[in-house]
Amino acid sequence: MSEKQSLNLTLKVWRQKSPKDKGQFETYSVSNISPDSSFLEMMDVLNEQLITEGKEPVAFDHDCREGICGMCSLYINGHAHGPDEDVTTCQLHMRKFKTGDTITIEPWRSAGFPVIKDLIVDRRAFDKIMAVGGFVSVNTGGVPDGNAIPISKAAADEAMDAASCIGCGACVASCKNGSAMLFVSAKVSQLALLPQGRIEAARRAKNMVAKMDELGFGNCTNTAACEAQCPKNVSIANIARLNREFLCAKLKD
Amino acid sequence: MANLFCSSIGKKLIMSISGLFLILFLLFHMSMNVVALISESGYNAICEFLGANWYALAATMVLAAGAVFHMVYAFVLFFNNRKARGSDAYAVTARPKHVEWASQNMLVLGITIGAFLILHLYHFWAKMQLVELQHMMGMHVSEEAMALATDGVHWIRHTFTSPINTILYVIALVAIWFHLTHGFWSALQTLGWNNLKWIKRWQTVSNVVATIICLGFAAVVVVYYIVSIM
Ligand code: SF4
Ligand code: FES
Repeated sequence: MSEKQSLNLTLKVWRQKSPKDKGQFETYSVSNISPDSSFLEMMDVLNEQLITEGKEPVAFDHDCREGICGMCSLYINGHAHGPDEDVTTCQLHMRKFKTGDTITIEPWRSAGFPVIKDLIVDRRAFDKIMAVGGFVSVNTGGVPDGNAIPISKAAADEAMDAASCIGCGACVASCKNGSAMLFVSAKVSQLALLPQGRIEAARRAKNMVAKMDELGFGNCTNTAACEAQCPKNVSIANIARLNREFLCAKLKD
Repeated sequence: MANLFCSSIGKKLIMSISGLFLILFLLFHMSMNVVALISESGYNAICEFLGANWYALAATMVLAAGAVFHMVYAFVLFFNNRKARGSDAYAVTARPKHVEWASQNMLVLGITIGAFLILHLYHFWAKMQLVELQHMMGMHVSEEAMALATDGVHWIRHTFTSPINTILYVIALVAIWFHLTHGFWSALQTLGWNNLKWIKRWQTVSNVVATIICLGFAAVVVVYYIVSIM
């Protein structure tokens, strides 16, 4: 790759030593970044540089680096997972930026996701919501025949689309209300759409919404910013389904 | 059922149902106003019918309750949401494509409409139903005020000879238009009455309903103003 194509960038990165620390932006320069590298590889270059300079590297979450684990979580230039559509931060290519750009990198911000360090936030709230209903109880016994329960193609497709949620939290991060409705609705929908999930559907919707409220997430006002920023393109139609499931369950009580 | 209205979705249900009810009222109010363009005596007949009698008063009370619920819960939800957003704001924010401007400014639009409502009640309700009500309760009301209390056309003319009133009403109608374009489909979404196919359809219906309501109101305002300057 020729020198010309490579990028020289200014990075404004949020640094915060601990949850209690006030935190502030630090400005760094990186040069010679390949446009073919991913955003996280660029962050690696920055960290190498900081380590050689004897400085503390920037802490950020990442794991699979192929868009499936939901760990990476950077708010880049005002967009969760950066300016590209339907990709996670780890799938974001540096070719989306121009040399000379200043990139502002912030952690997810919402009351539900407190900052732990630098760009890492505590997303355990999502695990707590999952723990109260994001599952199908299976009784012990023989393995049921996979083809014994017919499922329509349309329902299967929609359930799969909902199940593509990786729990990254970009929906909460980009919502002006700090609402977790897109996440919860995806998790409720992926099971509510299938006969196996129907048995516990009412209890699931009620428990997961109650937990979500208890953990301090906000109320959805249907702006659909979550859908626009979701790396998996989870639709707000799922939120309508969650509302329906929840209201029907409550009315039956 | 008991704690439904403590939950986030329950509170939104109140916003949704009261909002839909207010939209129905606006449709009715607009249709009634348009009569003033077709037949002034017809319009005054409606005004007389909707004066201080028990059914009109009961309907007014229900309407006021709907409006109050809608406003109170708007603030309850707003403060909840502010808390959930947290105290640390992003340094850089960008409105993603496909996010309607109105959807992110419903409170500001609502407050604008609320402020206009006070002015509007002062212009019409205070001169009409309220006067009749005062009369009914034995308070002193002049003969002239009583005669004008059911003369809706008089008050329309009176209000829209003023260019300032005309402009204020048109601005308020624009705010109502934006509020409804988001509010209508959003209410149905909250009720759970939506799916992949219907989102786009309801959004279109929202725009149509908002446009019909606002154009209907605006026509009366503008026509009466133009007639007044001619
Ligand atoms: S709904 Fe989308 S944005 Fe929200 S957690 Fe799931 S994948 Fe991430
Ligand atoms: S690191 Fe796994 S999704 Fe980005």
